[in-house]
Amino acid sequence: MAQMNMVKALNLAMHEALSEDDNVVIMGEDVGQDEGVFRVTENLLMDFGKNRIIDTPLAEGAIVGTAVGMSLYGMKPVCEMQFSGFAYQAYHQIEGHVSRFHNRTRGRYRMSMVIRMPFGGGIRAIEHHSESREALYAHNPGLKMVICSSPRNARALLLESIRHPDPVIFFEPKASYRAFKEEVPDEPETMPIGKAQVVREGSDITIISYGAMMRPVLEAVDDLADEQGTSIEVIDLLTVSPIDTECLTNSVAKTGRAVVVHEGPRTCGVGAEVTARLVETCFFHLEAPVRRITGYDVHFPYFAREQAFLPNADRIKTAVRETLEV
Amino acid sequence: MYPIRDDRPVGTTKSAQAPARPGEIGSGRLVVRKLNRDRISDVPRKTIKVEHKLEYLQILDEKGNIDAAHDPKLNGDTLLSLHRLMLFTRLFDERMLALQRQGRIGTYAPVRGQEAVQIGTSFALKPGDWMVQSFREPGACFHRGWPVDKLMQFWGGYEEGCAVPERVNDTPIAVPVASQIPHVAGLAWAMKLKKTDHVALGFVGDGGTSEGDFHEALTFAGVFDLPAIFVITNNQWAISHPRTMQTRAKTLAQKAGGYGIDGIQVDGNDVLAVHTATVEAIAKARKGGGPTLIECVTYRLAMHTTADDPKKYRSEAEVKKWEKRDPLIRFDAYLRSKGILDDGMDEQVRTDIKTTIKAGIEKYEASRDVDPRDCFPYTYVEMTEELKTQAREFDLALEREGVSSGH
Repeated sequence: MAQMNMVKALNLAMHEALSEDDNVVIMGEDVGQDEGVFRVTENLLMDFGKNRIIDTPLAEGAIVGTAVGMSLYGMKPVCEMQFSGFAYQAYHQIEGHVSRFHNRTRGRYRMSMVIRMPFGGGIRAIEHHSESREALYAHNPGLKMVICSSPRNARALLLESIRHPDPVIFFEPKASYRAFKEEVPDEPETMPIGKAQVVREGSDITIISYGAMMRPVLEAVDDLADEQGTSIEVIDLLTVSPIDTECLTNSVAKTGRAVVVHEGPRTCGVGAEVTARLVETCFFHLEAPVRRITGYDVHFPYFAREQAFLPNADRIKTAVRETLEV
Repeated sequence: MYPIRDDRPVGTTKSAQAPARPGEIGSGRLVVRKLNRDRISDVPRKTIKVEHKLEYLQILDEKGNIDAAHDPKLNGDTLLSLHRLMLFTRLFDERMLALQRQGRIGTYAPVRGQEAVQIGTSFALKPGDWMVQSFREPGACFHRGWPVDKLMQFWGGYEEGCAVPERVNDTPIAVPVASQIPHVAGLAWAMKLKKTDHVALGFVGDGGTSEGDFHEALTFAGVFDLPAIFVITNNQWAISHPRTMQTRAKTLAQKAGGYGIDGIQVDGNDVLAVHTATVEAIAKARKGGGPTLIECVTYRLAMHTTADDPKKYRSEAEVKKWEKRDPLIRFDAYLRSKGILDDGMDEQVRTDIKTTIKAGIEKYEASRDVDPRDCFPYTYVEMTEELKTQAREFDLALEREGVSSGH
């Protein structure tokens, strides 16, 4: 076991995938010589060479579009979008081909690839560098949408995603890249795609979240335990498509109350989907309306306003208290 | 065709806005052009020499004549195969239009006039090579091993028409214009990384050259020196938009220069020229010589799809002019002049093709009773729990509605 941050953990997963399968290539802007703008691909060029770690021209559409061609030929491209805010240039390839080829050809061709992107706010970046648009990909049939939240699950989920036969959109919460360290096993470890994780067990209320929001959620949970002895169950979704309905249902059927927390806009967001599922599966167990603490339905503010904008532990605590009072 | 009503500058109709100043939008003049003409510095400019050759190739003239000294001397079997494939494409196309009118398939994109492009190019590929279609290459597909009934299934509204036959290394029809062109580069890239001597060849239209994907794909192919052949089927019309609306450049082939790759323009109605240019480009690519852009100048003699009426946007005279350049008439004349083809043989080939197409239609129509539930299992390699739940819901709904399984 080694202590490492998320950047190192993601790097470890790619190193392992590159070592175990010659068909894996890493491609993107600045992923080679520069080792990625967040250093996620550190040392990979040195260890695997320029035929495996490929610096591409600045064209997100062709990074994903050529990855489609590589995938057709049996390779497993891992594409890096430098920021999720620039991935819209590739969205037509993702929607039009990556998500469709397996269905279109009745299973003749697989699109086994991973498209990694840092997402979310909190790093004082300029416009287009802070959004959370996971709902766009979760809404799109044919894609798996995975969001890591800690070093250990980042490594396990990325390795699993690269091995996975379906295309995976892999969101990395950039605010958590270097925010904390965690024990990561030395031996390759994976976690299943499509499974949420109960990270804290509790009996009074369930908080459902993912990505960088897991940190303020856990802070709120600790505070509420200390301040008023509240027993909170916390679910980290980890995969937002397909959503692990069973895990949500089991928890909320037990606690009867739920708060969903995410950075992305509220309308048609992951919280809306989670809430709808809870209404469908746990209606008679619910003691209170499901609350959503989310980004508002506005464009993500420039960084001078972002700390005020982002959901925080105080807002989560208030929502929990109010939900418990119903 | 509509007459153009007027050419008043934009923003001047019933507008309370202030009059435009020279150089602004609305003045009818563009700043860019003014600056290009009127230099504001008299510092002497150096000339940058950009080396880029652009060739034009025609082997058969419009009447099928050939300069004997330059006859590519393809053997008789090859020539007859090219003839059969072009004729197949033509007869298939005619049959598809009839089937569309009878409601036996949906909207269809006809090929008439463009046969030499897809046959001349695809004929140069080997089985290990990949072909990336646009949506108007049924003849090339037929040559590559797609059965007739499968070609019909796509236009009949069945995904089965995109289920590429085993052992055929092609992509299925790609509907979004030019989005398939990065796939050509990606396939070629994989071939190069895996150190094979295969090539990838893909089709795009003149309209598709305006798309970002075309630009990005050729950028990648050039930068990484990929064994890719990009074939532009310049059929002059992107639905109602003429070729001149896609670029101010004189040719589409010259775009290759911007990517540092070789480009050639060929007479797209001359199957020998198309085939020769493709054979050369493929041989170069196999030897590690990089990508080639081949612009095939041809004409879409029919409508874009059965959903539009070309009379709205182009003249009969233009169509008549291109009918005289029909690739089949030209090649037919050449084969007859060489004594390779006669009336009897031509009739026999037509009969064989019609028999094949008829059998294909029968097979297609026998395959039409499909199970709507089949929309579920291929979304992912394994069905997710969520999809299993939704599939059960769909199943119950269909049961209530009395829809059979189809099998």
